[in-house]
Amino acid sequence: MRTLDCQIVTEVTSRLCREANFVLEPDVISALGKARDDEISTTGKDILEKLHENAAIAARDRIPICQDTGIAVVFVEVGQELRLTGGSLEEAITAGVRDGYARGFLRKSVVGDPLVRKNTGDNTPPVIHWRLVPGDRLKISVLPKGAGSENMSALKMLKPAEGLEGAKQFILDTVSAAGPNPCPPLVVGVGIGGTMEKAALLAKEALLRPVGAKNPDPELAALEDALVASINQLGIGPMGLGGRVTALAVHVLVFPTHIASLPVAVNLNCHAVRHKTAVL
Amino acid sequence: MLEPVRITPPLTGEAVSGLRAGMRVLISGKLLTARDAAHKKMVALLEKGEELPVSLTDQIIYYVGPSPAPPGRVIGACGPTTSGRMDVYTPALLAQGLRGMIGKGFRSPEVLQALQAHHAVYFGAVGGAGALLSKCVQSARVVAYPELGPEAVYELTVSDFPAVVINDIYGGDLYRDGRRQYAVHK
Ligand code: SF4
Repeated sequence: MRTLDCQIVTEVTSRLCREANFVLEPDVISALGKARDDEISTTGKDILEKLHENAAIAARDRIPICQDTGIAVVFVEVGQELRLTGGSLEEAITAGVRDGYARGFLRKSVVGDPLVRKNTGDNTPPVIHWRLVPGDRLKISVLPKGAGSENMSALKMLKPAEGLEGAKQFILDTVSAAGPNPCPPLVVGVGIGGTMEKAALLAKEALLRPVGAKNPDPELAALEDALVASINQLGIGPMGLGGRVTALAVHVLVFPTHIASLPVAVNLNCHAVRHKTAVL
Repeated sequence: MLEPVRITPPLTGEAVSGLRAGMRVLISGKLLTARDAAHKKMVALLEKGEELPVSLTDQIIYYVGPSPAPPGRVIGACGPTTSGRMDVYTPALLAQGLRGMIGKGFRSPEVLQALQAHHAVYFGAVGGAGALLSKCVQSARVVAYPELGPEAVYELTVSDFPAVVINDIYGGDLYRDGRRQYAVHK
């Protein structure tokens, strides 16, 4: 049986937190490049140009892309044939977040009790989503999530009769109401089906997909294209100042659901799509 | 595209009357920073009839919670935060002579009215461009509420800080008008 020391998990998580906040992945950079070419508003083009400069400065000088370095959302896939040594995996990941945010001079943006609202001082705890998978590997994806876009996200339990049209309308309404607040151009994560929490989790998971990569199901890929087109007709544009690029991409994930349910979750992500993955 | 207008705070009522929604500006000079916690404290003082720790007359408040400054740097990433969270406190500060605010996102109808009543403007900065904007900051010092840490009130000295006028004193609103201009109606 393969073994893995939790100390390594801590080190890797720390590095992922820093890299995610300093360096935009090539998929995001190329989506922003395409957005700059497509945008017809000169103000919008100017903003997209500034976002490129920003990404270059952040990577070069190792300054966060955005000061809201987020709450750390961590997706973990644990191979069921892997044996972990040297302590608790959850604590190892938490320690990695603590170390990464301290060493990287990242902002500590987590309050302990959500009603008392006292900063925990080290950006822990992270929000961890676990999945047990076949094999003997450990996959860790860190997605630092800022509040500007998270706060404009929404979930609705539709009636099955509302169907595809109802789902589309809800997604459009969510982006429209969010306007400039979530720092468009956006990546829109959509989860349809399951139960309330499953839809929300799918919407978040959809944000891990490389920006613009399509759902492998051709019908869902067509739905994603149709949603991008209608969102971009809203006119919101880069930073909400007017323009034709409001969404860089829409990523849809679906799951079977109850005969009486149609949950739809929309998780908005700003243009600063920060995600980094490592396989151990 | 028109050349950006140069602005150097303190910002007078006269300077504000020349600003229209959609104009790009480059700000050089002093800005004050404040977020939720500092706003709450300032408004609590005003409600008790006490003086503010810093004068807001003709000043610009930048809504920002920078990331920590790494060694050898003045400030970390420092882009705008969502302004709407400050809306409940803003009219009281505008009544104190606050002349401008920099942030991102919608303001409430009450704030938009107060902008017109007190002759003040709302600027938008590029959200998520915190690394780029940090290059415009030449110095930062705490001027009130040091106990709030990153939420303390700082005085930033900036040079050519880029922003866009979102709401002017004439009711102009770039979020509304920009969107109308580019929306495709079917
Ligand atoms: S929404 Fe994203 S880009 Fe905008 S301030 Fe928040 S984390 Fe930064």
